[in-house]
Amino acid sequence: MKMNGAQAVLESLKREGVDVVFGYPGGAVLTLYDAVYRNQFRHVLTGHEQGAIHAADGYARATGKVGVVFATSGPGATNLVTGIATACTDSVPLVCFTGQVANPYIGKDSFQEADVFGITTPITKHNYLVKDVHDLPRVIKEAFFIARTGRPGPVVIDVAKDVFDTEFDYEYPETVHLRGYSGDYTGDEAEIDEVVAALQQAKKPLLFVGGGVNGSDTSPILRDIADLLGAPVTCTLLGLGTVRADAPGFLGFAGMHGSYAANMCIQSCDLLLCIGMRFSDRVTGKVSEFAPHAKIVHFELDRAEINKNVQADYRVLGDLRWSLPLLAEKLKAAGDDFAGRFRSWRDYTAKIAAEHPFTYQPDGEAIKPGALIMKLSELADEDTIAVTDVGQHQMWAAQFFKTYKPRHFLTSGGQGTMGYGLPASMGAKIGCPDSHVILFTGDGSIMMCCQEFATIADNDLDIKVVVLHNSILGMVGQWQRLFYHHHYSQSELKGHTDFVKLAEAMGVPGARLTKASELDTRLPELMAHKGPMLIDVMIPEEEDVLPMVPGGKRLDQMVLGGND
Amino acid sequence: MQKFVLAVLVDNKPGVLTHVSGLISRRAFNIESISAGYTEENDVTRINIVVSVESEQELDQVVTQLSKLIDVIKVVNLSKAESIERELVLIKVAATKAERADIINVANIFRANIVDVSPENVVIELTGGESKITALCEVLEEYGIIEIARTGTIALSRGPVPVKQM
Repeated sequence: MKMNGAQAVLESLKREGVDVVFGYPGGAVLTLYDAVYRNQFRHVLTGHEQGAIHAADGYARATGKVGVVFATSGPGATNLVTGIATACTDSVPLVCFTGQVANPYIGKDSFQEADVFGITTPITKHNYLVKDVHDLPRVIKEAFFIARTGRPGPVVIDVAKDVFDTEFDYEYPETVHLRGYSGDYTGDEAEIDEVVAALQQAKKPLLFVGGGVNGSDTSPILRDIADLLGAPVTCTLLGLGTVRADAPGFLGFAGMHGSYAANMCIQSCDLLLCIGMRFSDRVTGKVSEFAPHAKIVHFELDRAEINKNVQADYRVLGDLRWSLPLLAEKLKAAGDDFAGRFRSWRDYTAKIAAEHPFTYQPDGEAIKPGALIMKLSELADEDTIAVTDVGQHQMWAAQFFKTYKPRHFLTSGGQGTMGYGLPASMGAKIGCPDSHVILFTGDGSIMMCCQEFATIADNDLDIKVVVLHNSILGMVGQWQRLFYHHHYSQSELKGHTDFVKLAEAMGVPGARLTKASELDTRLPELMAHKGPMLIDVMIPEEEDVLPMVPGGKRLDQMVLGGND
Repeated sequence: MQKFVLAVLVDNKPGVLTHVSGLISRRAFNIESISAGYTEENDVTRINIVVSVESEQELDQVVTQLSKLIDVIKVVNLSKAESIERELVLIKVAATKAERADIINVANIFRANIVDVSPENVVIELTGGESKITALCEVLEEYGIIEIARTGTIALSRGPVPVKQM
């Protein structure tokens, strides 16, 4: 089939099952956008390339499909960098097409030229510079394959402008031939047998579930395993939703601001089954004294993650879609009454959890973040997708919002990217139009991508944006309060911005809550409103996120809140 | 610090060196030398890396992170196999007429070759392991070394089995 490179991109997207692209046009991608026009391809125009990439990320996390982004050369592409890094650290599948200056102009410091291949190399799973249109179909086929198989991640395809214009004989390859990458991660069954044997020896096992279970859609089988074992369960920030918030034995998430019970049980368990996680410093605390009494089992797809931060006593290297069903099968075949044996241990952990829930101190008419989020959690149905920005509100959302389903708590974990939330919530809503989407953000984070209110209004995306407004960069302030003598250096946000007016100016209605009683009198009605809504909630300035494991401390050296 | 010679087989495609060097810098690996060249297969490049690490665990990270790159076909630690390691060095030494015979003598003892002579200097070519090269350089120091160019270590395993089948 004769066509130009731009048409070839669109044709390939159709064959990959892509139904929407997030992007922003510019000089180097004019021909590509002409093909978008001719094909009437669904394209969401954002206010900024950073909005496009985070939206694609939110779309990918919520749906499990590959998010696709278009951006132009130079600044268009460099504006994607934060979002690419965010997706890379959290293993989110994306394919980004960036325009590059035309072949004869490459390397001449031409207008809007940047070395996008070089810039994106350390923050992508793989990347390409396409200078010959004949390479384009193969590269696109490979890019989607690489992005969605194995440990997912972002792939950048930088395409010279003249490649889009060049006519050629298009043929889309059926298969991918990569000598160094198969995308197949079937492991060694004997490794699972060892884990079963270890479980038969264990007295106090704990399941520790990471984002890999969300990413591989293995939550149902994981839940079966948790039931079968009857062991307590905790998770990482990105593992929220893999088990129901109200599942028996679920202790809440672990780590720096994780639950008391989860952290204490990690430190006292004798077998820690870590599933699809990478032992970030935010989850281990002082790594040399992490889980000191436990044998550590690591179910992991990525060989380089095993023994990277924490030495595993047992490893099960392979895709969770392979290993977890086998584990379930072998546990059943073992004929051991695991749940019976672990019952007293689980009861003990449940008692700790019941005695030390996430908590807050009510204070008259002040709206406490915990109260707000618990109320929102109550108002939300189980299919609500919660999205967060980054900072205190993110941790409060993780603590107090109840997530029941996988891919229903979307947050920038590894990079902690402020500005992620608003565009990511758009992507989630576009990917899952039948789910309610609620964004938790702060008065710092919201300003980083606030131009996307326009995109939300123009596309009539029904998203409830809840700003936890404390007039300070809350998490920065908390650290300054605790470790820098209350020096609120550049963290106070006492300007004149009116978020309600800001949203309204772009076409999103807004409301402001200032009193705790309004959580009952006004919030339900605001949440029930059809269409997008900004809810600016004034919360106290000096509220700490607790518990907290200070940097470099052990998980059991938490600073507690409330009456403790 | 311990040194290991890694043979890294990669796709002979544009950008692969960027991927390998980008990874090394991102993960803060200590690299002593790196060299690349064509192989017996047209579409495969062999990158020879000498890495210096503090622990087995660090070495494991270098190998597994490199292996993860899409265009890396295979990584083999040749220091763990029976292997031959060689490096090529070119040394430009100051040499007056009076010293020249001495220097040629030294070169002969090391089985090095004189590859260029001019009134003020000679250029010596030597192939060998690291200790041999260091020893020659030490001896030549007294005549005045003007310039050195080294390739970095490359290695092959002993016996018939190539790295790609290891």
